[in-house]
Amino acid sequence: MILTADELAVVGLSLKVSAVAIGATLPVAFALAWVLARRVFPGRVLLDALVHLPLVLPPVVTGWLLLLAFGANGSVGRWAADWLGLHFMFRWTGAALASAVMALPLMVRAMRLSIEAVDPRLEQAAMTLGASRLRTFTAITLPLAMPGVLAGMVLGFARSLGEFGATITFVSNIPGETRTLPLAIYGALQVPGGEAQVTRLGVIAVALSLAALLASEWLVRGREGRGHVL
Amino acid sequence: MSFEITIERRLGAADIRLDLAASSGLTALLGPSGAGKTSVLNMVAGLLRPDRGRIVVGGEVLFDSAAGIDLPVQQRRAGYVFQDGRLFPHLRVRDNLLFGWELASPADRWLDLDQVAALLGIAHLLDRWPRTLSGGEAQRVAIGRALLGAPRFLLMDEPLSSLDAPRRAEIMALIERLRDELGLPILYVSHDRGEVDRLAAQVAVLGAP
Repeated sequence: MILTADELAVVGLSLKVSAVAIGATLPVAFALAWVLARRVFPGRVLLDALVHLPLVLPPVVTGWLLLLAFGANGSVGRWAADWLGLHFMFRWTGAALASAVMALPLMVRAMRLSIEAVDPRLEQAAMTLGASRLRTFTAITLPLAMPGVLAGMVLGFARSLGEFGATITFVSNIPGETRTLPLAIYGALQVPGGEAQVTRLGVIAVALSLAALLASEWLVRGREGRGHVL
Repeated sequence: MSFEITIERRLGAADIRLDLAASSGLTALLGPSGAGKTSVLNMVAGLLRPDRGRIVVGGEVLFDSAAGIDLPVQQRRAGYVFQDGRLFPHLRVRDNLLFGWELASPADRWLDLDQVAALLGIAHLLDRWPRTLSGGEAQRVAIGRALLGAPRFLLMDEPLSSLDAPRRAEIMALIERLRDELGLPILYVSHDRGEVDRLAAQVAVLGAP
């Protein structure tokens, strides 16, 4: 199966968008997962619901909300441009942002489950041996939660590769900038005679997604032979 | 005095009260399950805060509610041997043993890995993973890990309860050696009168809830 230069560019862009989305979301997702797993505070249920919202909201609504926040008149977008020099509208960075928001619930879920599975009594044991809270976290909690963290990243990456609705709503379908794999497949479906291209890109999408799911399952199952994400 | 403990703590419906002054050696804390024996150890270790009271070990005040003293768990230097071992599953035996040793300041260390491995007979286990150890092996490693953390005293929470009879005898003999050779104050929780009679110089009884 030979891909054309355009199709290769689409796959490359998709991988870049997803990699940046997941890399940037990782610390946020882990912090949220930790807070939801280990802290009891007022508003925890609300935070949990907000994190999960992109999972159940129509993606087009998520895209519209992103437009409101980051669009020409969006205050968050203006703040990001002024203070961080980040521009999202009609850019690949916008596609990454949309992917990140859509992938967040899956990442937080996988990481939260693995943090909840870390026995707090092991952390207590570490502290009686002189470990500070930070040291306990880096030496005990984080390594024990690592399979779930990696699985969450891979799952988020797969979700991100498939992101369509929020992306096309938020940053449109611009070749070379925001036309990721699903958008290119959708575009090809609209063109008479595009079936061959749809097939080629579709096979790539199936292969990437399947590999990601198997990888995350393998990561979680790997060490102890128990636990799963699927 | 090794342990001077006067504490009160309300935990759910249970009211834990203890008044204990032990001279030296091994002091046993006896009582039915649910009486709060483990909670007492947790309070001495600094994992649970008493509502009121005073905890002094070897002359050092670890907790005194009247004076506002509450030493953090990391600074109490308790060698805590938990009932369930609690070895770190992602670290080999060697790294479990060295976990506290590496955190202790060099001046405080009074044993090294080779000495502990020889004392406990675990030199051949150093490269194993905790999940591959038998109950008796895991308990010896847990004791070794506590000793290598440069403790000023030991807290042992029913260290024999998860073991079969031959292992119990073996670990009990080991605890007698620790008691006689190391000179560390030991607070030892048990619900077994026979075990306590053999090991302890003093016995404190914690009432039923």
